[in-house]
Amino acid sequence: MIDLLSQLAAWLTSSGQWAGPEGIAQRLLEHVQYSFLSTIVAALIALPIGLFIGHTGRGAFFAINISGFGRALPTVGVVTLVFLASGLSMTPVYVSLIALAIPVIVTNTYAGMIAIEADTKDAARGMGMTGLQSLWRVEIPLAAPLIMTGLRLAAVQVISTATIAAYVSFGGLGRYIFDGLAQRDLTQVLGGAVLVAGLAVTVDLILAGVNRVLFRHRLT
Amino acid sequence: MQNGKVVSMIRFDSVSKRFPNGTTAVDDLSVEFSEGGITVLVGSSGCGKTTTLRMINRLVDPTAGTITLGGRDVRDLPAARLRRGIGYVIQQAGLFPHRTVLDNIATVPTLLGWGRRKARARAAELLEVVGLPADAGKRYPNQLSGGQQQRVGVARALAADPPVLLMDEPFGAVDPVVRALLQDELIRLQAELRKTIVFVTHDIDEAVRLGDQIAIFRTGGHMVQCAPPAELLARPADDFVAGFLGSERGLKLLSLVTLAGVPYEPVGSVRSTATVKEARDAAAGRWLLVVSPDGGPAGWLDTGALEGLPGTSAVAGLALAPARGLRDSDSLLSALNETVSSPAGVAVRVDAAGVVTGVTGQDVLHARQRSLT
Repeated sequence: MIDLLSQLAAWLTSSGQWAGPEGIAQRLLEHVQYSFLSTIVAALIALPIGLFIGHTGRGAFFAINISGFGRALPTVGVVTLVFLASGLSMTPVYVSLIALAIPVIVTNTYAGMIAIEADTKDAARGMGMTGLQSLWRVEIPLAAPLIMTGLRLAAVQVISTATIAAYVSFGGLGRYIFDGLAQRDLTQVLGGAVLVAGLAVTVDLILAGVNRVLFRHRLT
Repeated sequence: MQNGKVVSMIRFDSVSKRFPNGTTAVDDLSVEFSEGGITVLVGSSGCGKTTTLRMINRLVDPTAGTITLGGRDVRDLPAARLRRGIGYVIQQAGLFPHRTVLDNIATVPTLLGWGRRKARARAAELLEVVGLPADAGKRYPNQLSGGQQQRVGVARALAADPPVLLMDEPFGAVDPVVRALLQDELIRLQAELRKTIVFVTHDIDEAVRLGDQIAIFRTGGHMVQCAPPAELLARPADDFVAGFLGSERGLKLLSLVTLAGVPYEPVGSVRSTATVKEARDAAAGRWLLVVSPDGGPAGWLDTGALEGLPGTSAVAGLALAPARGLRDSDSLLSALNETVSSPAGVAVRVDAAGVVTGVTGQDVLHARQRSLT
């Protein structure tokens, strides 16, 4: 055990391991790139849906059920399916990561919107705000903390799952895990896992910090 | 109201509201809310009073009939434009928790495109109007007490100086002491601003206190009676109204009628600087009114306590039973209360400057009360 940990430490800290086109720095960059792109695209799709059903109260049942269905989808299954349909490209990876992130963002956005007090929305309307003005000036700002939480959860899930890019021969930190498994190199597998976990925790902490700074006066 | 016609600011013409589930919230309502006065809509929950209010700014659209505001059908304008011209205050204030108090108040001016600086300046001005300290403007609503939040709600409704104010149980969520304070403030504000106010409450005492006109609603959306409070209390239209006004209807009526015109008779009194001998000479009965140097009542002196005191000693320092001076603007009820609580059994009357003019006994008060009904 101690042996394994010292090997892991050596693997993680050797300068040769970090540099080069197959070094940790490059893999980390790829991983961040996959995750970032997937989360952004998922947000672009999920936010309008969540805002729409939250603002109008329409389609909530449908959207929440679709989200639940989306969550239940096995990501590896989706990758395989899209891979079989579209051939070898990053498309299957992005499709499955986006499909993974959408439900979290939709449900959190919706939860944020319906948590707004009826009185507040009534006041917005009574003051003479149009539907869109109420949405932009009152509802979105008030739902923002929960919307941000949804984005944060989605980002963390996507980062943890983006290892599957390596499953279909692409890069990212998953490379170490899949290669290590193939080569029966436990140190490499462990190193990859630690890096993914570290990245996920770091992003989570950063986004939580951003949340806290943005919404500090709401804590009371 | 006696002569000349009242300009009707808000007018309901055979207005009904039936909800899709079949319930009738408002049933064939025709009524006028006069300009520059407070009309209170009162009734138990589910009687349609809030729906009636919300139809004025089209938060609810009637299923039949028309509502006009200053002669114009409320449906002539787009709903959002209409609402920017009508102040709206709701229970719990409904403030925007993510905006500072100042920005909350500036909501409507901002929507009207006043520009940030002008809207903020107006908001700061309104803080003072509703009796909030200037530094409250930078705070967030959840940092204020319930009463303060309600003041902000009123300020927000007044920001663009709308001629009409709709208030939906605005003081329902604050404790009785703060509520009384806010009611006083509203009366004070209204004396200055003369807005046309429609005020919804389920509290009949609040209605009597604030209303120039009270409309009583019964479950099923029927308006039973609409009249000034004194008329309502003196002549309720039916048993339902009488029941709603409560068993203390007579006392409520007394609280509305002032002492103006109620006669008083002279009273023997001494200055508080007088000697015991002077007090003995002035005494007509057991209780003698002592008047302070400014002319106001200092209290009632028990002349029995003068026994055995040297005639040259001063009245000042002797124990006095409290006496409260009542102005013409005070109510019959407070005068009646004074006759009960003062040992002399009469109410002390004072002029506008607080100088004692005489006393009024219970018989005179009763005569005035009987003349009302």
